Amino acid sequence: MSSPQEDRRRFGRRAFLLAAGKGLLFAGLSARMYQLQVIHGDKYETLAEDNRINVKYFAPRRGVIFDRFGRPLAENKRSYRVLITPEAARDLNAALDRLHAIVPVPPEERERILRQAKRNAKFIPIATHDQLDWDAIARVAAHTPELPGVDVVETSRRVYPEAESSAHVVGYVGPVAKEDLTGDPILGLPDLRIGKGGVERSHDLALRGRAAEAKVEVNAIGRVVRELERDPGAVGAVLTSTVDAELQRFCQNRMGEQTGAVVVLNIHNGDVLAMASNPTYDPNLFSHGITDDEWRALSTNPLAPMNNKAVSGQYAPGSTFKMVVALSALEHGIVSSKKAFFCSGVHKVGKGRFHCWRRGGHGWVAMHDAIAQSCDVYFYEIARKIGINRLAETARRFGLGVPTGIDLPAESSGLIPDKPWKKTRFKDPWQIGETLIAGIGQGFVLTTPMQLAVMTARMVNGGRAVTPRMVRGEADPPTPPDLGFPSSHLAAVARGMRGVMSDSLGTAREAQIPSRALRMGGKTGTSQVRRITREERRKGVRKNEDLPRKERDHSLFVGYAPLNAPRYAVAVVIEHGGSGSKKAAPIGRDVLLEAQTRESAEWHGGAVQSAIEAAIKRERG
Amino acid sequence: MQRWRGSIAAARPTPLPPMRPVDMATRIARVDWLLVLTVSAIAGIGAAMLYSAGGGSATPWAGRHGVRYAVGLVIMLVLAFGGLRRWYSLAYLGYGACFLLLVVVEVAGSGSGATRWIDLGVMRLQPSELMKIALVLALARLLHEAGPDGADRLHVLGPALLLIAAPAMLVLKQPDLGTAVLLCAGGVAILFLAGVAWWKFGIAAALAAGAAPIAWSFLHDYQRARVLTFMEPERDPLGAGYHIIQSMIALGSGGTFGKGWLQGTQSHLSFLPEKHTDFVFTMLGEELGLAGGLFVLALFALLIARIYRIAFLSESRFGRLLALGVGTTLFLYVAINVSMVMGLAPVVGVPLPFISYGGTAMLTLQLGLGLALAVAVDRSDPMEKNRR
Repeated sequence: MSSPQEDRRRFGRRAFLLAAGKGLLFAGLSARMYQLQVIHGDKYETLAEDNRINVKYFAPRRGVIFDRFGRPLAENKRSYRVLITPEAARDLNAALDRLHAIVPVPPEERERILRQAKRNAKFIPIATHDQLDWDAIARVAAHTPELPGVDVVETSRRVYPEAESSAHVVGYVGPVAKEDLTGDPILGLPDLRIGKGGVERSHDLALRGRAAEAKVEVNAIGRVVRELERDPGAVGAVLTSTVDAELQRFCQNRMGEQTGAVVVLNIHNGDVLAMASNPTYDPNLFSHGITDDEWRALSTNPLAPMNNKAVSGQYAPGSTFKMVVALSALEHGIVSSKKAFFCSGVHKVGKGRFHCWRRGGHGWVAMHDAIAQSCDVYFYEIARKIGINRLAETARRFGLGVPTGIDLPAESSGLIPDKPWKKTRFKDPWQIGETLIAGIGQGFVLTTPMQLAVMTARMVNGGRAVTPRMVRGEADPPTPPDLGFPSSHLAAVARGMRGVMSDSLGTAREAQIPSRALRMGGKTGTSQVRRITREERRKGVRKNEDLPRKERDHSLFVGYAPLNAPRYAVAVVIEHGGSGSKKAAPIGRDVLLEAQTRESAEWHGGAVQSAIEAAIKRERG
Repeated sequence: MQRWRGSIAAARPTPLPPMRPVDMATRIARVDWLLVLTVSAIAGIGAAMLYSAGGGSATPWAGRHGVRYAVGLVIMLVLAFGGLRRWYSLAYLGYGACFLLLVVVEVAGSGSGATRWIDLGVMRLQPSELMKIALVLALARLLHEAGPDGADRLHVLGPALLLIAAPAMLVLKQPDLGTAVLLCAGGVAILFLAGVAWWKFGIAAALAAGAAPIAWSFLHDYQRARVLTFMEPERDPLGAGYHIIQSMIALGSGGTFGKGWLQGTQSHLSFLPEKHTDFVFTMLGEELGLAGGLFVLALFALLIARIYRIAFLSESRFGRLLALGVGTTLFLYVAINVSMVMGLAPVVGVPLPFISYGGTAMLTLQLGLGLALAVAVDRSDPMEKNRR
């Protein structure tokens, strides 16, 4: 039994204990507050900033591409788009009804808009119309007071004025695919288009520019509350292509319905003056989304219009390879240019019989006639003496079998075979017959039209290792390194190429340019796609025209002009075109004539600059 | 000395000897005005924070908070001068009424999730809130009637535990874990102060530890999620852990002196959930920093200290138990809320007294403080027959 006094003392003790406990707890809470706010304060401050600050990116204007005379190859056209913001529109359905009265909103579009509105936050605008014509835009703009939540915004669309003819040069732009993501935040922008082919692709980084950046404060649901700072970014670089748009169009048209490629080079600096590939496509289709049907038609076409045959197509060079063999023989002292061999129409090695294209043979031929008349037996002879490894080494110096390094995507390297290559590739030793076949540019040998043009350019520019380029830089490229071929050797081969066009027995004598000042040299090539069997040979070789298309020979031609002071090199490949002299050579002649009359290789820096400035001003307009 | 024994059975009004009359001036002087000033300061800070939470506007929260506090302050003073004996006599009635309301809420709200209030038009009345004070009052009376040694007797301790457990079970069913914890902890604190033997608390603690797994099985999924999330917020950073993580980020980013009043980015950009109710202390920490947080804790400490002073000055067992019961309840509110927003306790939905927006909690504590002030005003009345 406790007295009230005792009771009060006990209460005091226990109240004190309780108070002590409370004090401890408060102290603990204070310590925790100190820990969070002072000790880890910086960490939480960073986290809070991360929460609050978003960086928004705005796509810069993509760089414009001009041709070497300042004509536009790729521009940006302003286009208008109508956006609707559900939050501002309040009743989205009613707003769409009102909009529909001005510009039609088809039911399936309405469905898409409503679906998107449901999925997104209410303050995110949804596009209702893309690329409206000016009249429609003007009508929408005039009615905006009655259309809350509807906005007209300016966007830009990539336009290719040269359309089909420039497709393989400039390429096209398309939406960013997963494999394009490099971590550049600009790639996350929904409307961004990046280069997907041609110069658009190879120079994409320069054309793309640097994204404008705005640091904005956002709330928990991502609405922008205010802008904190802005980096204006940089518009994409203006590029001047080496191509002459009109020569390019000429080349593309000159091929007509035939498939293949034409390349024209400035032999001194590697400027690609034209690079046509047929069939082609309209790059404008891609600028704002290609339809499924259009895409299917392009991608399933057996003639591969999307494929740039000038750098991706690989063809046996056939007789256009013979100059390389000749130069290799001269270099290694196998023959002098005077040394003649007898062509009986067939060359036997062991059990093998190797035929000349001319059934009766050419009789005694030395280098000049061997090139001009394209005698196969002569080249069997010298190729065998050179040996495949040395021949391959010479060929590579002319840019064959290795990528040219041109600033274009999807370049093939071609193939120059040698013994180690065959060993690793087939685990088989090299056969002597394969050297002979390689000596006339057949067998394993594969080249791209671009490589053939580079090869020709290197033969007639004094033996310099010129490399092709699609875009002109600030400065001219340095003089290319000397490949080490004596000029007498190069002159002998050049004379042979003149013979092709000018000799009475030259394979392309009908294709010579009549005007003396513009005359050209060249070499035809007819490359077999299939092997001619001994059986067939006995029964008489069928005419090329009688074969199914994909078994017909490719028709090739390489050439240069003018004869006395060469500036232009051309390579023409017509797929399954048959004889080189019949199909490819006339095209090569016309192209070289056009290039010379147009003086495509000229460079008027100042004029180009002012043309470009005017065009840019027009675009900003 | 005559021992005076009380029990539930003896709950009929026991006539007490008349009080020694105390003149009004003394009564007014006995009101702990420092306490009133402190609680008003806290409510003022609350209004300021709610002004900030409203985006720099008295609507929708700060203005009403102020009005409610003012109305509550009048009620508080009415209670203070209403006579401790009156509240003593109404203790069981009040408890019974609150309990009835709790049952009503339980029945009416069955099936529709967590319904905790009765809509009175002007405010939503949460019986579970009022119960916290009603329980303190009823326990204080029961243990007063039991006399100095009565608390340990089974016929007192049993009903006392029943008084605690019955509403606790009801609110747990609502489900309102925070209130249940508050009721139990508050009740147990009063038993402790009333002199229940130490060893019984030992056994109770052991039993509680043993019963924890069973209790766990009675918890709702969301309550379990809260407890688990509390243990490891990163478990579910976008779901249940989001509140705790965002709260800690907001508080931590405040630093020593805060980002400034109205400048809290986390709270104003809505990263911080419930910034005007349960997480108002976080916003306070973000905007006013460690300094502001410690200042508010110090004000609460001062408030509780004043209540202790009232208890120690009271001549009656009832007064002492009532005052410290109110003080402990207030402390529990603060401690649970602050622990919760700092990631030290699960998110259980306990507001910060006088600062969080919400009518009933503030009214409850104002009623409590009014009773504490009544203890102060009538501190010289021993409320016993045998002592004059």
